[in-house]
Amino acid sequence: MTQTLGTPAPAASPTRRLEIIDFLSRYGTLIALALLIVFNLIFTRNFATLQTLNVNLTQVCTIVIVAVGMTLVIATGGIDLSVGSLMAISGALAPMIFLGKIVPIDNVYLAVAAAMVLAVAVAGLLGLFNGWLVAQFGIQPIVATLVLFIAGRGIAQVMTNGNLQTFKIPEFQWIGLGRFFGIPIQVILMAAIVLLAAWCLRRTVFGRDILAIGGNEKAARFAGIAVGRVKLAVYAISGLCAGLAGLVVIAINSASDANLVGLGMELDAIAAVAVGGTLLTGGKATIIGTLLGALTIQLVRYTLLANGVPDAAALVVKAAIIVAAVWLQRQGRTS
Amino acid sequence: MHKLDLRGWLGTYGVVLALAALILFGWMRYENFLGFFNVMSVLRYNSMFALVALGMCFVIMTGGIDLSVGSTAALGSVVAALASPYGLLPGLAAGVGAGLVVGLVNGVLVTRLQIMPFIATLATMLAASGSALLLASNQSVSVSYESGFTFLGQGNLWILPVPALIAGFAYVVGSVILNYTSTGRTMLAVGGGEDATRLMGLPADRIKLIVYLASGGLAGLAGVILASQFGAGQPIEGVGWELFAIAAVVVGGTLLTGGSGSVGATLAGVLLLGILFNVLNFENGKGWISLSAYWQSVIRGLFLLVVVIIQARLMARREARA
Repeated sequence: MTQTLGTPAPAASPTRRLEIIDFLSRYGTLIALALLIVFNLIFTRNFATLQTLNVNLTQVCTIVIVAVGMTLVIATGGIDLSVGSLMAISGALAPMIFLGKIVPIDNVYLAVAAAMVLAVAVAGLLGLFNGWLVAQFGIQPIVATLVLFIAGRGIAQVMTNGNLQTFKIPEFQWIGLGRFFGIPIQVILMAAIVLLAAWCLRRTVFGRDILAIGGNEKAARFAGIAVGRVKLAVYAISGLCAGLAGLVVIAINSASDANLVGLGMELDAIAAVAVGGTLLTGGKATIIGTLLGALTIQLVRYTLLANGVPDAAALVVKAAIIVAAVWLQRQGRTS
Repeated sequence: MHKLDLRGWLGTYGVVLALAALILFGWMRYENFLGFFNVMSVLRYNSMFALVALGMCFVIMTGGIDLSVGSTAALGSVVAALASPYGLLPGLAAGVGAGLVVGLVNGVLVTRLQIMPFIATLATMLAASGSALLLASNQSVSVSYESGFTFLGQGNLWILPVPALIAGFAYVVGSVILNYTSTGRTMLAVGGGEDATRLMGLPADRIKLIVYLASGGLAGLAGVILASQFGAGQPIEGVGWELFAIAAVVVGGTLLTGGSGSVGATLAGVLLLGILFNVLNFENGKGWISLSAYWQSVIRGLFLLVVVIIQARLMARREARA
């Protein structure tokens, strides 16, 4: 699940206390998730139902899809603040195409296919633009992606003039509402993306290059890795993931509101990545951890809401969990 | 360091030149652009952002970042509104106090628990936002109009708007601290190289605690002005302020890696981004074009893009020569 490059394996801890912390820091997210499930089985009514599973999985899907791209970016030592804005752009562009506002297309399947491909492609290209700023100009990722964070939502709002676009097109909305053997389509999409990314990071040269760059960029460059090209790729992938997540969100809502699609998503995704155990400085990343991190945050929120705690208090708890998770991981590393 | 060097000079004063050019453009193109009413309203409105950006500038100079300022301002505005019936000073103290508490938490998380600033302040951003919503019961809290609290946001001293005077005072104090005190010099040292600072025996952790406290307190103060200016504490306001503040600091020429920075250039960055919006309004007023308010963020983003590319080029040249 976890890969490390550039840092030697930690030596066996001398004392028992450190061993516990080491254990917690490695499996903390998994343990927290297990504890949450046990707690809910005992205290939350109707928890062990398919409906609960469905609600939680469908709500977490878009975060996980975006967070997978974010994990790859963070693994290179970067960050992508623009994902929420890219979701808004893809979410604004797709309905404009399949509702025929740009060019009327008679065949609904053709229109939907064009909308999906173009919307995701545009998000990917904008991601590529982020990567270009980072790789070509050496601009810090947080500043480079801040540009599209600010301008991107504006672009989506200008495109739609800030208006809500509503639609009822089953040929498109299967991506957010459809089911395959009872499993929501977006859950299948999420699983496919998680597996693909996890395999890429573990088994491919591309994945090893990503971790090498995050671990020590200069060394990676001397080792002959095409640092610029890898960076371009991860930001483009992050853009593609965001574009896809934007489509899922508008399909679920049957509407696209450029002011709201993906708002705050960058922080949710980064939180999931951090709780999952990926180092924010790069060089060590785990896709499955990101999935677990997102599930943990989602389940905490669900648990609190299901037991009558207001959403605002859930925010405070979420903050505490992020701090606790990152602190534990830090202890694990220094021991 | 003081050798006349055109490129370095442009890097430092480019933002001031750009600001001057934009004002000149506005003055030549629009009637009343430099009119009393317009200037005062621009200053009054942008004073909140100026305060937040000042705190951000300090944090960034030490190599950190503070994502919590927007939520902290929202929390400050709610707390100040709740305390406003007791008078101007209690309202002010309560709002700033709330900000200081968030700043203290940030500082402790970063220095004691050694959590990366990005994550630590991301967490407190959520926590401050949640606290603001809880205190305000999910709605805006109107301030008391009898206690004189609204003077802070709406009042004038002589002819000058009070919030602009507060912001101006904060910038003078900030500039003096940065340039003429050991605290200020240590801030820059911490940003330039934290380990080296520690080895020199300078109190790096205390300095970091101070900058997060300052950032929190200034964000709380911005919240007080927000509540006072608009007559209500607003728990959902402040979204995106942190990134606006970062953009202003970057436009002002402060590098996000820390170790350098200028308080005055940050102020110029805030005004530049603020006046861009003002110019857009005037341009719409002329009727030649009709750009919706949504263009504001597109133009700001483009502007940021130009600035960071120029900065990156200057940096690359400087490194190539070194």
